[in-house]
Amino acid sequence: MPVWLTEHEHAVVAAVADRLIPPYDEHPGGAALGVADYIDGLLGAFEVDPPRIWAGGPFSGRAGGESSFDQFMTLSPLEELAWRTRIEGSKGMVERERNGDVIGFQQQYREGIAALGRDFLDVTPEEQDTRLRAQREFKRLLYAHACEGAYAAPEYGGNRSLAGWTAIQFGGDVQPRGYTDEEVTGRE
Amino acid sequence: MPDRDCDAVIVGTGPAGATVAEVLTAAGWSVVMLEKGRNHLLSLDAPFGPMGHVSNDELKMHHRHFLGPDPWLEPRTFRRDESDGDRLHVGEVNNLPSTVGGGGMHADGKLPRFRENDFHAASEHGPIEGAELVDWPVDYDEIEPYYAEAERVVGVAGDAGANPFAAWRSGPYPMPPGADMFCAVLTSEVATKHGFHPYRAPTGVNSVEYDGRAACNNCGFCAFFGCPIEAKGDPVAPLRHALRTGLCDIRPESYVTEVLLDGTGRKARGVRYLDVNGEAHEVSARHVVLGAGAFETPRLLLRSEIGNPDVVGRFLMYHFQTFALGIFPFRLHAHRGRAVTHLHDDPIVPDDLALAAARDAGLPWFRGGIVEHGGASHPISEAIHLPPGPEHTRLMLASPMRDRMAAFTMQGEDMPQATNRIDLDPHVVDAWGIPAGRVTYSSHRHEVECSRHWAPRLEAVLRDAGATHTFSATSPPLPEHAARRRMPNLSPISRHVMGTARMGSDPATSVCDPWQRLHDVDNVVVADSSVFPTSTGYGPTLTIVALAIRAARALAGLEPLRSVRPA
Ligand SMILES: Cc1cc2nc3c(=O)[nH]c(=O)nc-3n(C[C@H](O)[C@H](O)[C@H](O)COP(=O)(O)OP(=O)(O)OC[C@H]3O[C@@H](n4cnc5c(N)ncnc54)[C@H](O)[C@@H]3O)c2cc1C
Ligand code: SF4
Repeated sequence: MPVWLTEHEHAVVAAVADRLIPPYDEHPGGAALGVADYIDGLLGAFEVDPPRIWAGGPFSGRAGGESSFDQFMTLSPLEELAWRTRIEGSKGMVERERNGDVIGFQQQYREGIAALGRDFLDVTPEEQDTRLRAQREFKRLLYAHACEGAYAAPEYGGNRSLAGWTAIQFGGDVQPRGYTDEEVTGRE
Repeated sequence: MPDRDCDAVIVGTGPAGATVAEVLTAAGWSVVMLEKGRNHLLSLDAPFGPMGHVSNDELKMHHRHFLGPDPWLEPRTFRRDESDGDRLHVGEVNNLPSTVGGGGMHADGKLPRFRENDFHAASEHGPIEGAELVDWPVDYDEIEPYYAEAERVVGVAGDAGANPFAAWRSGPYPMPPGADMFCAVLTSEVATKHGFHPYRAPTGVNSVEYDGRAACNNCGFCAFFGCPIEAKGDPVAPLRHALRTGLCDIRPESYVTEVLLDGTGRKARGVRYLDVNGEAHEVSARHVVLGAGAFETPRLLLRSEIGNPDVVGRFLMYHFQTFALGIFPFRLHAHRGRAVTHLHDDPIVPDDLALAAARDAGLPWFRGGIVEHGGASHPISEAIHLPPGPEHTRLMLASPMRDRMAAFTMQGEDMPQATNRIDLDPHVVDAWGIPAGRVTYSSHRHEVECSRHWAPRLEAVLRDAGATHTFSATSPPLPEHAARRRMPNLSPISRHVMGTARMGSDPATSVCDPWQRLHDVDNVVVADSSVFPTSTGYGPTLTIVALAIRAARALAGLEPLRSVRPA
């Protein structure tokens, strides 16, 4: 169950993620990497406490040490103000509008997904691309978020089974093990 | 009851403020440090261990402003000159972290010294039209022992004999250099064949256990990340030393709004700050030390209406960054190890080709900058730079912009110009309701022409090293690129910010005296790179620390440090 998106919206975001980050050979695309879950986690970050903005530290447990990425960090009052404004928009609140009103991610997604058409999931991939091109701003936002979802630490909801990192031969977080001097200096 | 809260109140906990805190507390002074950002660096309770908050997490550290400043909370504005109107851009303008530790948290810590010549370039080379190049009021021989002390405190790993252009040293580096990155070894070998003189970069990163902190384990999440194992010394080392004296009170989430003057208007009596709830407090002190960084220090001076009003905020300098990039047919794995492991200084000491190019451009000389040998490391950043759609995943697998890319970055010397400045934006405010700092900045023709000369020479090295495709870019963009492309943000991305409260002997033409005290309010000391009269072609931080030791020792009435030049 998505946290903030509707089931339909979630499916649209997943379909878009596959157009932007398509599967290639045996490597998964944006949909299978969990980009829609990542984006849903961002849009619904404040549905949980502490909010899903910053994963904990110092280690994930994948390279030794105790895992702590899954314990999200608390935000200061100002940080909460900034992230709520970014996600929810300023909604006419004075403290969120010092330099003008802000349209939040939630509204951008709700409207952007609607603008892609109710039948988006049923049209051809070429038609999906055409509709995406027509939503330039939304496409740019979604692409940035899709890249984050595909290649960020899996604690944020994407990069499922580390498949994003594995495909590109990236080791991800390596503390506290690190790399040996030979791994840094050698050719391999 | 003492009539003041502390001997010195220090604004900012970056390398500048942290250094001053260490020196003053060692001399028995009590200090209060005010820092607008949060504390993710070290526990403020004994034994002052690591907080464990920073991590190998690209999303959090690089894209979600974990160490701040969040550009929405602390917007800055930018314009090239007045013809751009009030501003071109609002948001991120070369923001350094807003956090306990300041930019030292992010920096990957290449910490070279300046050369003798950097302190008197104006008298040695003569003037250049349109810039106000001046000599420093201090020379290398005087500052050498402070460099040695800075290297010892921070913990710098390096190879003393390796750079033929380096200034004299009174002793070796405290640690040998750490592991060389594969691609930098490759580009160094070829650069040598091109007549350049690469050497292993002195870095403020432990190559062995040092001062109770671990050796670097090459995790590769270095530039723009905090170090999860405390292998970076700056500024955790001086802050911990200061805390251990019991004389240092660090207050995070404390935003200094102004320096307060006494009745005479010639002495500061303390500062006012806002706490996390927005409540105002005052700290009274015998001395006020500003280590807010070369962007925030002039902003604070302007708000407080102190410092020579004709000069404060002016002569803003960055480094003109030239990036020569090469895509290789094989993988370079630059995501392992520190971000940069080799440097060469040749553009700083121009050869005949460079001098001829300067003359052809109608300039008396070129003063370039260090060239950093590095690569690219992080996949989210690569992904965003690659196109969406059918090619995306194939390109991510081939990784031309990350795993197969080697990068040279030249930190070109930026000429001081009075028109390049920081002032207060007339409309935009930060989350505290205080006017944002505004940058007005255009590069001088010198750095643009110098970059044009060096970029192809650096690309040639990359091609000979095996790159199948090379290209270059600059920040800020060359004028023709800025005009051609509609760039969302034309401000320089350099994190080296300098010059905005320059020091000098003449109160009419400078803000601080040679001991970094304000000419007009002499119990206020500026400890950061605001005081730099010129930018040089080197990273500023080791010189910030060396000068801060010197200024703080003078403040505390300690003997100047001296060193002996080996015969
Ligand atoms: C990714 C990266 C890589 C870098 N690499 C290098 C390098 O290799 N070599 C090099 O020499 N330099 C490097 N730098 C630059 C280096 O970080 C800076 O030169 C250095 O941090 C400057 O130190 P500072 O103490 O003067 O200022 P800062 O580090 O900026 O610290 C100032 C502190 O003051 C606080 N502050 C500001 N205003 C207020 C206020 N009003 N009230 C309370 N607190 C306030 C800020 O929040 C901040 O924490 C790099 C920077 C970055 C970001
Ligand atoms: S590369 Fe070394 S110094 Fe840099 S963050 Fe990793 S362990 Fe720390």
